[in-house]
Amino acid sequence: MHTPSAPLHHAVKPFWSPWVAGVLLGLVLLLTFVLTGHGLGATGFTTRLTAALGGGAARSNAYLGPLFEDGSPLASWITWQVIGVAAGGLFAAWRAGRFRVQLDGARSIGTSKRLMWALVGGAASGFGARVSAGCTSGLGLSGAATLGLAAFVFLGAFFAVGLVTSRIVKGVQ
Amino acid sequence: MFTLPDIASGLLCGALFGYVLENAGFGSPCKLTAQFRLTDWSVFKVMFTAIVVAAVGLTALTATGAMTADQLYVPAAFLGAAAIGGALVGAGFAIGGYCPGTSVVGLVSGRIDAVVFFIGLLLGTGVFAGGFGALEAWTSSGELTSADTLPALLHVSPWIVDAAMVAAAVFVFWLAARFERRGAGPVTAEQAVAGADGTSATSPSSPLSITSP
Repeated sequence: MHTPSAPLHHAVKPFWSPWVAGVLLGLVLLLTFVLTGHGLGATGFTTRLTAALGGGAARSNAYLGPLFEDGSPLASWITWQVIGVAAGGLFAAWRAGRFRVQLDGARSIGTSKRLMWALVGGAASGFGARVSAGCTSGLGLSGAATLGLAAFVFLGAFFAVGLVTSRIVKGVQ
Repeated sequence: MFTLPDIASGLLCGALFGYVLENAGFGSPCKLTAQFRLTDWSVFKVMFTAIVVAAVGLTALTATGAMTADQLYVPAAFLGAAAIGGALVGAGFAIGGYCPGTSVVGLVSGRIDAVVFFIGLLLGTGVFAGGFGALEAWTSSGELTSADTLPALLHVSPWIVDAAMVAAAVFVFWLAARFERRGAGPVTAEQAVAGADGTSATSPSSPLSITSP
C-alpha cells in the first residue's frame, strides 16, 4: 500500500539566499550585456504584445504603429527573452515543488478585491513603464548596471512610492 | 561582443533570468510586497547585489577594452520621465503585487492573480498608446543634457561609483538584518506556496512603528 495522499507541497524546497540569488542575477545580467549590448527587460514585450493584439487600431496608433515597420511587432529579441523567462521560471518552480495553481492574496483581502487590485496595479505599471521607456528590469536593474542616472531616479521613485502606497492600500499581504 | 542569433541569446538569457527570479522567491506577491512592509528585504538585497556585480563586471570589461562604451546601451537621462515611470511602477507593485518581469514568473508558478496583473499591463499600455499625443512630452521630460551616467555627472572614475555602491550594498544588508530580526523574518518558500494569508496585515510588529531596536 502506498500513500496517495502525500501532500503536494511536502517537498517544497527553500528559496536561495538573497546574496546567492543576487550574485547569480548579476552574472546573468552581465552575460546579457556581453551577448547583446543591452540588459534584461519585460515591458518591451508587453508593449509589442499590446500592438499585436490591437489590430488595426494599433497599426494606425502613433505610439504602437512604428512597431509594425519590420513586420510583426513580436519579431524581436525581447519576445524570445520573455519566453525564456517563462520557461526558466516554470522549470525552477516545478523542480522545487513550488508550482501551485492559486489566486494568491485572495485569502488575505478577498477574491474580488485581489483581482481588482491586480488589474489596477498591472495597468499602473504598464502605463508607467511606457512613460519611462522601461520597468524595474529594463530601466531599473539594467540601467543601474551601466550606472545610468535615469535608472537611479527610477529606482528611487519606485521604492519611495511603493513604500508609501503599501501603507495606504492593502493589495496583498 | 560575441554574436548569437536573437532566438538563442534571448532564450538563454531569459531562461537564466526566470530561473534565478523564481529561486529568489520573486514569483510570490507576498514575498515581493513584504519588501515595502519592510519585513522581508530580499528584493533590496537581490537587486542591489545584482546591480553591483553587473556594474563592476561592465566597468572591468570596458576598462580592459573587451567592450567599448558605445557597445553598451545606457538609458538617456530623461529624469522626469524616469521619476514618473518609477512612481507608477512602484505604486503598481505595491497594490498589484508584482512588477512586469516578476508577473511572468508568478504566472508560470501557477498564480492566477499574476495573469490578471499581466492583462493589466496590456491595458495600461493601451491607455498610454491611446493618449500618446498628449503624453509624448512626458516621455522626454526632465532631460539632463550634461551627463547620462553617474560617473560622467560627478566627473569621477566609474570604479569610485562602483566602490560606493558596494559600500551601500553592505549597509543595506546590515539594515535589512536589523529590520528582519524585529518581525517574523523573510517569507519562506512554504509560506509563499501556501499563498498570502493576511497574517502580516495583523502583525503588531510593523517595523516602522517601533522606535527602539
